[in-house]
Amino acid sequence: MSGPTSQDARPALVEAIGLTKRFGEVDVLKDVNLAVQAGEKVAIIGPSGSGKTTLLRCVAHRERPTSGHVTIAGERIGEKLVKGHWREMSDREIARIRTGIGMVFQRFNLFPHLTALDNVMLGPMRVLRQSRAEAEPLARELLRKVGLAHKAADYPERLSGGQQQRVAIARSLAMQPRLMLFDEATSALDPELIGEVLNVMRDLARDGMTMLVVTHEMQFAEDVADRVVFMDHGRVVDEGPPHELFRAPSHPRTQAFLRAVVDRQVMGETAES
Amino acid sequence: MSAWLTVGHLLPVLLLGAVTTLEVTAGSFVVATLIGLVLAILQRLDWRPLRVVIAIYVDVFRAIPVLTQLFIIYFGLTEIGIRLDPVPAAIVGFGINGGAYLTEVFRSGIGAVHQGQLEAAQMLGMTRLAALRIVILPQAMRVVLPPLGNFAIGLLKDTALASAVAAPELMFRARTLVDQTFLATQIFVTAAAIYLAMSLPLGFLTRRAEAHLSRGRR
Repeated sequence: MSGPTSQDARPALVEAIGLTKRFGEVDVLKDVNLAVQAGEKVAIIGPSGSGKTTLLRCVAHRERPTSGHVTIAGERIGEKLVKGHWREMSDREIARIRTGIGMVFQRFNLFPHLTALDNVMLGPMRVLRQSRAEAEPLARELLRKVGLAHKAADYPERLSGGQQQRVAIARSLAMQPRLMLFDEATSALDPELIGEVLNVMRDLARDGMTMLVVTHEMQFAEDVADRVVFMDHGRVVDEGPPHELFRAPSHPRTQAFLRAVVDRQVMGETAES
Repeated sequence: MSAWLTVGHLLPVLLLGAVTTLEVTAGSFVVATLIGLVLAILQRLDWRPLRVVIAIYVDVFRAIPVLTQLFIIYFGLTEIGIRLDPVPAAIVGFGINGGAYLTEVFRSGIGAVHQGQLEAAQMLGMTRLAALRIVILPQAMRVVLPPLGNFAIGLLKDTALASAVAAPELMFRARTLVDQTFLATQIFVTAAAIYLAMSLPLGFLTRRAEAHLSRGRR
């Protein structure tokens, strides 16, 4: 059984419970519940403004939930129990939890003043306090894994968007996280560069990484995800294994969304060929 | 012509003054940079009371002439039993005054670095402070360097004001010599040449440092 439920004996690696996020007057997330087991790959899809990215950012504690909470391996991120009361965690405690979470951004966010190799080594050296000699073998191995061993000495500006994103993935992996979050990792890329990044993500999935992927790439979601979560207007509207959700969506809003997206993607492919 | 020869004899005195000018400049530059850097970082730590205090410091010290501040530090503080020598007094005065300017300079430099850099650094497990120090500041330096160079050159010239609190810097020496010799033109022109000889390399160094920090970018 791959679909986790609350009856699962094993605690989920990621669990969002009753997550609500309000920006001003707008409820971006409304009572969202989600559990991700270790090794599971979950794709989050939905129209823009549906709250997918905010959900991901709450998992990384980049946004503080208005109510509800997120646990990572059983530990709440952002809050801790002190003498029976939930208190806000210090910056240092949040940072410690984040070392176990890799996050890949739409805009890559590579450090422009560092070479590709130094980008990948920065976390191990400055956070895990490794020496250069200790950090370099893994960093080079990861660059090789994302197909960029030959670009180790290049600065981000010299790299294409797809190459930058692959370095960004390697940079996250260098911290040896147990969870990888992808926030529309291919949305800022030219169409011809999307494939190379998706391939790296496929390899990662094959290696057993736990992945939470916000994406517009339906084919990728179908191929890689164990479970697809469809969000709309701040709620999880539909979820299930990709073959069920994509082939026979039960919820009318899922149907409408998929029809719109698939039409566009099929048309796009026809136009390219 | 003989007047210029006389100046030649007086040159060592002027150069001695130039050394003090450099001392005051370097000392206050270090103080101002430390103040500016620390306050700009503290401002970014999102603690409102601290932000208000820093904003007041910046506004107050920018709004009062540095000469007035020097007088308060040199003459005024004796009232409460603090008696500083001219050179330390000048360093403190220019340092605190410059710190107000540099807080703004560093603040805008840090602000010019994309928010995503902070996010990426924090997601590697860095605290906010570590991210600022390790990732943001090196990038902010690129933006900050030209105004920092301007500040240093301005400071070098402004230290002439320290003569008003009897710091034996270049202008103080020059004026003393003019009082003794009446060779106003020759001595002041020589002083100007010495200022020029100190300022121009500063501009050159700034450009070199800028080029160095721009590596990795077109």
